[in-house]
Amino acid sequence: MKTPDDATVARLQRILDTPELGDGRYELGERIGAGGMGVVHVGLDRRLGREVAIKFVRPGALAASDVARLRREALLLARLEHPGIVPVHDLGELPEGGVFLVMKRVRGRGLDEVVQGGVPLGERLRLFLQLADTIAFAHAAGVLHRDLKPANVMVGTFGEVLAMDWGVARVVAGSDATTEAQPATPGGGPPGTSAGTVIGTPGWMAPEQARGDAISSGVRMDVFGLGRVLGMLLDAPGPAGAAARTPPAPLRSIARRATAEAPGERYPGVPEMAAEVRRFLDGERVLAHHETPAERIRRVLAPHTIAIVLIGAYVLVRALLFAINRR
Amino acid sequence: MNKVMLGLVLGAVLGLLDGLSAWFTPAVRSMMATIVLGSTVKGLVAGLLIGWFARKVRSVPLGVLFGLVVGFVLAYIIAAMPDANGNHYWFEIILPGTLVGLIVGYATQRYGKAPVPKTA
Repeated sequence: MKTPDDATVARLQRILDTPELGDGRYELGERIGAGGMGVVHVGLDRRLGREVAIKFVRPGALAASDVARLRREALLLARLEHPGIVPVHDLGELPEGGVFLVMKRVRGRGLDEVVQGGVPLGERLRLFLQLADTIAFAHAAGVLHRDLKPANVMVGTFGEVLAMDWGVARVVAGSDATTEAQPATPGGGPPGTSAGTVIGTPGWMAPEQARGDAISSGVRMDVFGLGRVLGMLLDAPGPAGAAARTPPAPLRSIARRATAEAPGERYPGVPEMAAEVRRFLDGERVLAHHETPAERIRRVLAPHTIAIVLIGAYVLVRALLFAINRR
Repeated sequence: MNKVMLGLVLGAVLGLLDGLSAWFTPAVRSMMATIVLGSTVKGLVAGLLIGWFARKVRSVPLGVLFGLVVGFVLAYIIAAMPDANGNHYWFEIILPGTLVGLIVGYATQRYGKAPVPKTA
């Protein structure tokens, strides 16, 4: 018997990995992404004639907890209506068990990919502030993301910033996660997030998350994630041809405070952290940064550089004329 | 401060200082009062024109260019007037005068408050 070649095996594997979506409303297209739990395909909503993104649990890895987590993600995203969060259109049942999530098809690139192409610092901070505003909105709605990292942030074709992958997000008690976080009803958190379970991505998660405490620090956990993202943005290269510059010390201080080991030493919430970045952009003093007198003078004078140069030119001309007249 | 008022204040102050700096030219010290008065009035006129322009056109480069031209023209007119001995001080008047126009042009665009649009 003839052994099938690699291409044939890959094609068969793709067919096996592609589930039937049931009633035929959605047509599954090529795979556009995969995470630890699910895969995302581009799809077509035949009824409305529009392209969508369809997420489902990786076939073969189907576990009750994963299905519950995907269902939870759908319900959670449905309550988060924000320009920075991909809207959910539908939640469907797979004939062989499990669920699939139909979302808006977003075209764009990952934040890490975007900034590696060389983006000016001001633009990087604008991207960061958009992300921070989205996370602050989620917190106000009582939701913690818990897996903030550049790979989970997408920049759309119009420059919009989208916080993706809310698979391990957690709903906390009350409608506002900005208060001290308490686990909500049993359905509030994804399965497998009981004490001792590590939730998040190594290298990006807060120290308490790495220790298996994925809830007690509340929003400060996401503040940590945002601090790591800010640090990555600061280290990203500037535009091609521009001289390499060390990131401004006040921004480093913001990232340092956000990623403090002890949750209590971090910013109490995302709005406070975003306000610090805005303070920097407005030329105001960043509270987390102890500035030297030289830094203070530079900060105060920086917005008036042209005026200072013009006045300097005037004084220089006057001095030159005076020197010429004295001869 | 609105753009016209800022232009007037800056024009007057810089014009006054410009006039006072004539003291460093010994040959014209006897005419200090006339020079200071003339320079201040020139500054006021320049400030008024530049401030009015800044109110109409919101553009730093155009504001700077307009300031430069106004400063130059007004300084040229002053420089064209000879002193009692018939001497002209072209560079001494035109160069700083043009720079003052340029500074006022930049400042009115950068620091002057734009008028609040009227609502229906």
